[in-house]
Amino acid sequence: MAILVAKGQAGLTGNSAIAHAMKQINPDVYAAYPITPSTGIMEEFSSYVADGDVDTEFITVESEHSAMSACIGASASGARVMTATSSQGLALMWEMLYIASGMRLPIALINVNRALSAPINIHCDHSDSMGARDSGWIQVYSETVQEAYDNLFQAVRIAENEKVLLPVMVCLDGFITSHAIENISLIDDAEVREFIGEYRAKHSLLDTDHPVTYGAMTLPDSYMEFKHQQSEAIAGAKDVVSEIGREFGKKFGREYGLMEKYRLEDADAAIVILSSAAGTTKVAVDELRKAGKKVGILRPRLFRPFPFREIADALKNVKAIAVLDRADSMSGFGGPLFNEVRSALYELEKRPKVVSRIFGLGGRDYKVKDAIEVFDDLLKIAETGKVETVTKYITL
Amino acid sequence: MKEKKNLPIGGVITEGGTAHEYVTGGWRKLRPVLDKGRCTNCLICWVMCPDSAIIVEEGKMIGFDMEHCKGCGICAEECPDKVKAIKMEEEKD
Repeated sequence: MAILVAKGQAGLTGNSAIAHAMKQINPDVYAAYPITPSTGIMEEFSSYVADGDVDTEFITVESEHSAMSACIGASASGARVMTATSSQGLALMWEMLYIASGMRLPIALINVNRALSAPINIHCDHSDSMGARDSGWIQVYSETVQEAYDNLFQAVRIAENEKVLLPVMVCLDGFITSHAIENISLIDDAEVREFIGEYRAKHSLLDTDHPVTYGAMTLPDSYMEFKHQQSEAIAGAKDVVSEIGREFGKKFGREYGLMEKYRLEDADAAIVILSSAAGTTKVAVDELRKAGKKVGILRPRLFRPFPFREIADALKNVKAIAVLDRADSMSGFGGPLFNEVRSALYELEKRPKVVSRIFGLGGRDYKVKDAIEVFDDLLKIAETGKVETVTKYITL
Repeated sequence: MKEKKNLPIGGVITEGGTAHEYVTGGWRKLRPVLDKGRCTNCLICWVMCPDSAIIVEEGKMIGFDMEHCKGCGICAEECPDKVKAIKMEEEKD
């Protein structure tokens, strides 16, 4: 889908918007392997490369394991590097993800969320990126095409920030966001260039006058110190994400925080949910608010690092909370977001009731009526203080 | 690695040839002790040492590189039966 507008409004799919953002960023290296539903990104970006619109070295590889390996090598050489993938592709990158973060390489990865096999399925859920939640990557979840587009520019800045120096994963929902057309505001090329600036790596593997070693062996006398250093860096990344979200807002009029709170101020019942399904939930909230029900939404935007203090603070006055996960940890105790939110709330003196609801796996529709059912259940819990079912699959 | 607080970000080593400074003798539980009076300088120990930790100068066995000797005891084992110039002793810790 060729884009003819340089500034202003354009109707774009999530994949087209991401490919356009990448064209504007003009990374030094892009190494990727196609996989549904992220293939469109690679397809469109390859046209930009072929047309000479970008200077990017596009490395076509034989697998996602190789894609991430090429990204790591290129990033260690001091290049600004990107890749995009989904589902099994991200799973195949798994061991390399840890190497990228452990070597503190500021790579940007777009993950178009898709369910993991088996059974094989190409549609949206978050089992792919949730599987990478402990890999040391910063994870940002986007609700809309606009947000995914905006997040990519911020991801570059977050990753390359010298206090951070960690890879960043920008997630958007497969098909729902990647393939649906949305009217979005594009940023001018020159403004993008000014916002992201030029990347100057501190070290380069290709600088033979100043030779460096990446990925050397560390034994019990130092391995733990490097992990501690990495742990502090990702914890500190939270403030950088906030700063850059504010700066983006000042420049382009769309401000981003660690989370979005929707009609949460005086809510008795709240749903915590990631990405596009928050939009559906907002419609349910508006309907219930019209009927006088005090309901709201917390949509975490930053999942790694997990802003546990801010999330606890935002939910401290809510009586009943349902955390909706589009992935199951197969732990027998709810989804990954549920576990973290509930753990974050443990520090509160007066703890809200919290339940886990798994929804929308493998692209199963999540409708306004489903959100309303969850809210009805929550309002009952808020009134009685009694929870009947802590963990449950909905939209079955 | 002495100043742990100043470890380079991500474990990048910013100069070449640093393996020279990496001392691995600390793994040792047993230390070889040479009886120079019995040694015939046959250099079988020098041939057999898996870590190049036998120091030879002008064709003579003069001792051990204790910064790299792991205390495996191969030198003591291979020292000919009639000579037995190397003994392994417990490290004091």
